[in-house]
Amino acid sequence: MEMLSGAEMVVRALQDEGVEYIFGYPGGAVLHIYDALFQQDTVNHILVRHEQAATHAADGYARSTGKPGVVLVTSGPGATNAITGIATAFMDSIPMVVLSGQVRSDWIGDDAFQETDMVGLSRPIVKHSFMVRDPRQIPEMIKKAFYIANTGRPGPVLVDIPKDHTAPHNTFPYEYPKKVKMRSYAPVTRGHSGQIRKAVDELLKAKRPVLYAGGGVVQGEASQALTALARKLNFPVTNTLMGLGAYPGSDEQFLGMLGMHGTYEANMAMHNADVILVAGARLDDRVTNDARKFCPGAKIIHIDIDPASISKNVAAHIPIVGPVKQVLEEMLTMLDEQGEVGTDTKSLERWWQEIAGWRKVHGLRYETNEQGPMKPQQVVQALYKATKGEAYVTSDVGQHQMFAAQHYLYDRPRQWINSGGLGTMGFGLPAAMGVQFAHPDAVVACVTGEGSIQMNIQELSTCLQYGLPIKIININNQALGMVRQWQDMQYGGRHSQSYMESLPDFVKLAESYGHVGMLVEKLEDLDGAMEEAFALKDRLVFMDIYVDPTEHVYPMHIADGSMRDMWLSKTERT
Amino acid sequence: MRRIISILMENEPGALSRVVGLFSQRGYNIETLTVAPTEDETLSRLTMTTTGDEKKIEQITKHLNKLIEVVKLVDLTEGAHIEREIMLMKVKATGAQRAEVKRTVDIFRGQIVDVTATVYTVQLTGTTDKLEAFIAAIGETQVLEVVRSGVSGISRGEKVLSL
Repeated sequence: MEMLSGAEMVVRALQDEGVEYIFGYPGGAVLHIYDALFQQDTVNHILVRHEQAATHAADGYARSTGKPGVVLVTSGPGATNAITGIATAFMDSIPMVVLSGQVRSDWIGDDAFQETDMVGLSRPIVKHSFMVRDPRQIPEMIKKAFYIANTGRPGPVLVDIPKDHTAPHNTFPYEYPKKVKMRSYAPVTRGHSGQIRKAVDELLKAKRPVLYAGGGVVQGEASQALTALARKLNFPVTNTLMGLGAYPGSDEQFLGMLGMHGTYEANMAMHNADVILVAGARLDDRVTNDARKFCPGAKIIHIDIDPASISKNVAAHIPIVGPVKQVLEEMLTMLDEQGEVGTDTKSLERWWQEIAGWRKVHGLRYETNEQGPMKPQQVVQALYKATKGEAYVTSDVGQHQMFAAQHYLYDRPRQWINSGGLGTMGFGLPAAMGVQFAHPDAVVACVTGEGSIQMNIQELSTCLQYGLPIKIININNQALGMVRQWQDMQYGGRHSQSYMESLPDFVKLAESYGHVGMLVEKLEDLDGAMEEAFALKDRLVFMDIYVDPTEHVYPMHIADGSMRDMWLSKTERT
Repeated sequence: MRRIISILMENEPGALSRVVGLFSQRGYNIETLTVAPTEDETLSRLTMTTTGDEKKIEQITKHLNKLIEVVKLVDLTEGAHIEREIMLMKVKATGAQRAEVKRTVDIFRGQIVDVTATVYTVQLTGTTDKLEAFIAAIGETQVLEVVRSGVSGISRGEKVLSL
């Protein structure tokens, strides 16, 4: 058997796992591993400028491919800097393996230089974690880490590796396990057929149904099954922020996003529904508004791979624990086997008419002003046009994120990449890097704002190093827009710390990092500028686009109300 | 409602901290907690008592089951079960109290396991209710120190929690 050092085993295990990219930053505790990385060329290491960006880049890679993202950081500050990115991945159930260095094992607990209890610190935000106690454990632990990260409800897994266990002079026999078997971990592989049958019967009886699909449909590769089911039954579909793209955004049966900033028709349909099929979503507070007032007349069928997501916030009438793809496919098989579909077509026709009425209200409308400043919605629509709806779009967090969710129609799963659960500002640019590495020929746009972009702006340097032609759409309203919106609506317009004084000249900033910067201040220049930017296929272009600082995102749920309680503009409410 | 949750988990470093961490991070309450290896040294048996309504208990058991190191779990209070807790107590035993304490210990079928001129150390086993009744009977003024093991439990009959 081949004899390898701990560090070589780490690298070989990554090779055996088929890892293409790892995102990281070197430091004392991982130098042995970096030396082993240097001596091979299958696993490509991407050097970021801050460990948080490493985790977001790995996350973007994972979200856009379905493969786990891999991160390598050193102990102490390297590890703690990774925390925000790990928490982001955890909240959105993204498969990720984080390798963190640790001080040598005999120093643990002595407050050694760059020591921090990473297993302890990360415990609430990982699916699982390992601490290497003997170098011989490395292959099996890494195998388990990938297995756990990528099965069941996915999530980040940490492997903490003390420096002495990677020392080059100690070698051990290496064999990468072919299979993992864990008596304490067995994710469900099938939903209960009896429950699925009950659900199908309920769907067929439905008079006012809605299919409500979340990130689980994207993660679980269930988009095709969902789309087939929706078409077969002729039911309306709404997606969560995490689920956008799970059902084609430009399809007629699509009602748009639901929830706090969901469309009027999606939220009204939910409130008035009699049967709601929740697929791979967790009925979180940004969707339900007040859970006690949530969809009073609806029977809830809830499919999720995680039993703890079911009946957590809203009780399910028919719970189905299982992989959403398998469950939806079994539903389709049941429908196929009975020949005629057998839905209540008359009621459905009335339901679609009712929905058409809500659509006419057009909750996504906004006022434009020829003389005044550009609207952020116009920027997203121009982006949609310039990229023909085909770009990967990553976003940061805030108003621009909601506009990008509402006004760009995502037709493919994994096309829309954002931090939904944790709401991490600074996510967009590094995530876009991960997406661009995974899809070198694809068009990748990062929709951001002047607040968020400054939280990981240093990654412009990484983009130059690796020649990543990301297009940064900086929707610049000179304010922390979402904070400001809440202050307008709930704090008497007192803009406490929500505006950005002394913004940098982003054009010059981009240029100093070796990229192309563009300033857009007038609507008439917008389309031309977009075209010009996207024509620069091998360059990163930073578009600094000034928009109306007073614009709000609508519709917006009225706090503590039901799904149908919404502000539709600054003056109109339901 | 009070529940006794019994868990079989991998006897690995850090496993206990995940269980305890889960309770604090999700705002659940632990009243007692006891943990020790089983006859199979790769497994630990952990017993905890907690309170909460039906919904909360369901969430607690689901989240515990999600922990990778948790192998099996049972809510003992769902069926017939035996629960025991052991208490060691130092009580003042001087003058007339000396005989009175002895009588009370006998009534509760406890044992005096250590004696000095002024102090009895009492050992008592039973349900939480019984231990509390004893504390009440002995009178707080007499009590110098109390240490309790926390609840351990096992289901009645043929049912076993094992691999």
